[in-house]
Amino acid sequence: MARVEAEIGKPKSGLMSWIDARFPFTKTMKHHVTEYYASKNLNIWYVFGVLSFVVLIIQLLTGIFLTMNYKPSASDAFASVEYIMRDVEWGWLVRYMHSTGASFFFVVVYLHMFRAMLYGSYQKPRELIWIIGMLIFLVLMAEAFAGYLLPWGQMSYWGAQVIISLFGAIPVVGDAIVDYVRGDYSISDITLNRFFALHVIALPLALVGLVFAHIVALHEVGSNNPDGVEIKEKKDKNGVPLDGIAFHPYHTSKDLVAIIVFLMIFSAVVFFAPEMGGFFLEHANFDPANPGVTPEHIAPVWYFTPYYAILRAVPDKFWGFVLFGVSVILPLFLPWLDRSRVRSIRYRGWMYKTALTLFVISFVLLGWLGLQPAEGLYVRLTQVAAVVYFAFFLLMPYYTTIDKTKPVPERVVYHGQN
Amino acid sequence: MAKIDLVRGLLNACLLLCCASSYAAGGNIELESADIDPGNVNSLQRGARNFMNYCSGCHSAQYVRYSTIGKHLELADEDLIENLMFNAEKTFETIKINMQADSARRWFGVQPPDLSLLARSRGADYIYSFLKGFYIDPNHPNGTNNTVLAGTAMPHVLWQQQGFQNAIFVEEMVDGVTRRRFERFEPNIPGQLDAEAYDEFVRDTTNFLVYIAEPIRSERIRLGIWVMIYLLVFFIVALMLKKEIWKDVK
Repeated sequence: MARVEAEIGKPKSGLMSWIDARFPFTKTMKHHVTEYYASKNLNIWYVFGVLSFVVLIIQLLTGIFLTMNYKPSASDAFASVEYIMRDVEWGWLVRYMHSTGASFFFVVVYLHMFRAMLYGSYQKPRELIWIIGMLIFLVLMAEAFAGYLLPWGQMSYWGAQVIISLFGAIPVVGDAIVDYVRGDYSISDITLNRFFALHVIALPLALVGLVFAHIVALHEVGSNNPDGVEIKEKKDKNGVPLDGIAFHPYHTSKDLVAIIVFLMIFSAVVFFAPEMGGFFLEHANFDPANPGVTPEHIAPVWYFTPYYAILRAVPDKFWGFVLFGVSVILPLFLPWLDRSRVRSIRYRGWMYKTALTLFVISFVLLGWLGLQPAEGLYVRLTQVAAVVYFAFFLLMPYYTTIDKTKPVPERVVYHGQN
Repeated sequence: MAKIDLVRGLLNACLLLCCASSYAAGGNIELESADIDPGNVNSLQRGARNFMNYCSGCHSAQYVRYSTIGKHLELADEDLIENLMFNAEKTFETIKINMQADSARRWFGVQPPDLSLLARSRGADYIYSFLKGFYIDPNHPNGTNNTVLAGTAMPHVLWQQQGFQNAIFVEEMVDGVTRRRFERFEPNIPGQLDAEAYDEFVRDTTNFLVYIAEPIRSERIRLGIWVMIYLLVFFIVALMLKKEIWKDVK
């Protein structure tokens, strides 16, 4: 450890001290990288934050090159995507990375959020990190939704048509909102243009800003760990947490391994199964948008299906829309719904463990049901799963209060030792 | 002129004319496995020949360039110009048709769809089964119907190759409603090819349609293997680096 620190702490060159007198470069690097201490026992669940960041970079970079060749107009959009796929040098790779990246963004973000639920990372003092994170999630959904219209395929068109028309369920102002969002009386060239603007500048800007705030807030309070122990409470004489190790080079070298494993899975999809059996690129989206022909079966992309299932589980259009909205927003309140004295699942009782298991089952089931036609047994199953989903959140103040917890150790557990 | 167009349109006519109801149709018949070999260049070349001779009179493939086909299917420019480019001057052109959209609608009721991406929206098995699925149906305007896409506006273009067949349906009661379920084909008028040779003919054509739907497919798989090898090496190095750095974490 001393060797590595000596390397980092070597005397600064003339240029560095010149910069540091004018810009807090070294200070910032220390605060966020070389002297940001996170627990040494972070496990595999802790890689999805950095992986989300990697996917964000992939999406931003590939997005720039796609924008150079894409044409946001109803008459040219579909053809310009095929132009990218066939005629632009490496265009196919950039496009597949972007389309695969969209799905992987949700994979890693869902797992990242689940990590917070496993180890109570949203609890005091990390409520604001969680709230900013939820805002990132909401912007990400909007970003993905806007982006999905751009290829101007059948599913782009009809998916947007269905989802935007949902706002029509709002009493009085609903129809006006729908027209305002579309900018027209149906999805049209005008809608495509504004969705393009949202997708390539407005929402990414918001996303990057929120991600910045997410990381700043995290580095202010420090990372949680699988034991939910506050490592800042036990420090050595230099003020370094006893269980903490510097983000760089320790966590970065570990993250690098995770990033490569991630890139292997990512590349496997990009190069060997870019359609992912119709889940990442829907088959119907290879037909150009046709306002005259409604596809028999309109299903959103897989990452929206849990919420879409809830929407359809309710017979009433208005209440379906309300429950859909609530189901997306509910996790935002987790810091106050959870009344447990402990953070980590390791020291929680059987009630929370059972509740979380049922929640995961219901969420995955809802995701699957959102892809099925809304009829018969599917609707019944969806209603059951939706009740479980809502009960997990709404009953949480109750079951986390009475749940019997185990004593939390003073220090984190590392290789089976405290 | 319109008459010549009509004759050409009908003679050359079309392999796959999916009418507007294509989403509603199908689904109740099991598709046959196309069992194509995307790596077989000879099959793709034969498929290109079939496509240009029997499909391209009515169906465009407007995103596909002849030069791209030449590059991937190992055909020289002269081969392309002599054997495939009936409707184009330069090899960088895409596969377009001369048929006017309104004429097409007058003749068929619907414009024959562009086939660039058909294999990606419907799948190889769909195309293969569709091309084998024409049967005699006197109730239908052009005398044939299709088991995969009932009521298709497309005539049986490959009648010379396949001949004509009858379809045997059985009537079933499903939920109190009588339905016709397709059971099997019975040969009627033989064609130039026997059943096996026709399967090969259709398989080659399907293979070509799958190829034009994503011409870089074999390139991405080839490159993907190298990317995976590179990442694997990088993974080992990164793992060793991590182990070295973490040595002093107690």
